[in-house]
Amino acid sequence: MAWFRKAKKPKTANLSRASNVPAGLWVKCVGCGEIIYRQEVVRREWVCPKCGYHFSISARQRLEALLDPGSFEEFDAALASVDPLHFRDKKTYRDRLVQYQEKTGMGDALVSAAGTLEGEALIACAMEYGFMGGSMGSVVGEKITRATERCLKERTPLVVISTSGGARMQEGALSLMQMAKISAGLARLHEAAIPFFSILADPTTGGVTASYAMLGDVNIAEPQALIGFAGPRVIEQTIRQTLPEGFQRSEYLLEHGMIDLIVERRDIRDVLARLLRLLWRSQRAC
Amino acid sequence: MAECDFEKPILELEQKIEELAGLANPSLRDEISAMRAQLLSLRKKVYSKLDPWQKTLVARHGRRPHTMDFVRQLMVDFTELHGDRRFADDPAILAGFAHFRSRPVALVGHQKGRQTKEKIRCNFGMPRPEGYRKALRIMQMAEKFGRPVLCFIDTPGAYPGIDAEERGQAEAIATNLREMARLRVPVIVTVIGEGGSGGALAIGVGNRINILEFAIYSVISPEGCASILWRDAAKAPEMARALRLTAPELKELDVVDEIVAEPPGAAHSDPAATISAVGDLLETQVESLMALDASALVEDRYQRFRRMGRFTEVI
Repeated sequence: MAWFRKAKKPKTANLSRASNVPAGLWVKCVGCGEIIYRQEVVRREWVCPKCGYHFSISARQRLEALLDPGSFEEFDAALASVDPLHFRDKKTYRDRLVQYQEKTGMGDALVSAAGTLEGEALIACAMEYGFMGGSMGSVVGEKITRATERCLKERTPLVVISTSGGARMQEGALSLMQMAKISAGLARLHEAAIPFFSILADPTTGGVTASYAMLGDVNIAEPQALIGFAGPRVIEQTIRQTLPEGFQRSEYLLEHGMIDLIVERRDIRDVLARLLRLLWRSQRAC
Repeated sequence: MAECDFEKPILELEQKIEELAGLANPSLRDEISAMRAQLLSLRKKVYSKLDPWQKTLVARHGRRPHTMDFVRQLMVDFTELHGDRRFADDPAILAGFAHFRSRPVALVGHQKGRQTKEKIRCNFGMPRPEGYRKALRIMQMAEKFGRPVLCFIDTPGAYPGIDAEERGQAEAIATNLREMARLRVPVIVTVIGEGGSGGALAIGVGNRINILEFAIYSVISPEGCASILWRDAAKAPEMARALRLTAPELKELDVVDEIVAEPPGAAHSDPAATISAVGDLLETQVESLMALDASALVEDRYQRFRRMGRFTEVI
């Protein structure tokens, strides 16, 4: 055995907090490259004070920022993915699941919570991009569908915060069918006149955009988020042209009529509270 | 498109038979009928052991019956209706009304086109948002007039282009998923060739989901999957296996209800027999679903999709 071989593997950073949030006292902004004091970024809910870049944050952080302090109550946390296809590429799907479960401390790519927003009861789900690119398989589909069913039963509005590469390939057609399953749940909310707010964060593409993320009564995007059906790389390969500047960004979607609002992360709570007052509060029997 | 190499011996034998038959020599009659029997058993043999990638190639076969072929054989008085009333008419979606076995129905299907010019016009069966919006318009009209909806799926996927994105491809598909769930008439879906991802599902929310024996239905094409996970399209055959996209596998996963058997040599060797088998199944399904009232139909469709998916729950 070589004398210089390391006895232990070097320690790697704990990435459990979020996908692209760097550790340390100072932070380099992904958007403008500025070095910023970490505390200042944290205070602004992980938005760069210089350029407004929205760092990717974890599902739990999103929900905690959205709901009234102390009201956050997670449900359906025990749902976990299985490997129905016995899928294997370079790694088995089973190994990938374990790896991401360890990395994020989550069962899958979505957190569901009940809580209040300015005292108003709400069900909120948030996707975790750090868990296999926020991909939607059976668990994500089941959890959002259950959330719609709970909203229907309790007559509470629904908020889903999306950030996802789309349907999870490793669960094949079962992932695809989740798009229809969730949309059918949203159809029931629609008929019952219970509001659904979709919040789209960077990036939201594929089967997630082409189902619930676009079906909000109000669709709200974070600034500069990549939102689309096909990913830019697929489009470029298909049409063999480079894409125009700003294509598929929130501002582009707003211009083309696909979203209602672009709202900075720290204002989302206020905007949702206002929308609830405008759309929901007076509608109920007092 | 890759060649169906496994078909070569079949094509060679077919050609031989044709040549001999062309000689019109009565003394060859016995020989020809023996060769025909041989052809049948060869077809059976080859098509009984196709792997998932070969089935993918069969599902995309150039001579495979398309939606229009089903319409021609099964429908009377087909009246195609055009346009989404918002932007354009999309030839990649065929939609209209017809009589099916003496019952008025609506039908919606992907259209790939056969000859080069037609293929280009149909954008190879890849719809743009206006195609999905047209489909929904016709389905909602069917609901208004109490007609069952028959959907035929055969697409590589929704078109991934700048124009499609800027007109809201994602929104068009999403809206169809939600609105199809609400239709108060029977909806029967048949995957006749390629069921390519969201672009297929956008007309695929039905009370019953049928699939032809050699059709496929998948979240992503094997090539797309290979290029994402391996950065190598040559891994497509392997991914075709991994994705479980064949009819028997989908039935096992409870994604489809019925598999329609294809003749020996697959649908393209005998389109008429294939189409009439689909017709028979559709007739019984329409019959039984028409017995349900509107809210039972909506509930039935909800439950059909509600049970999709596999997971564990450890409490």
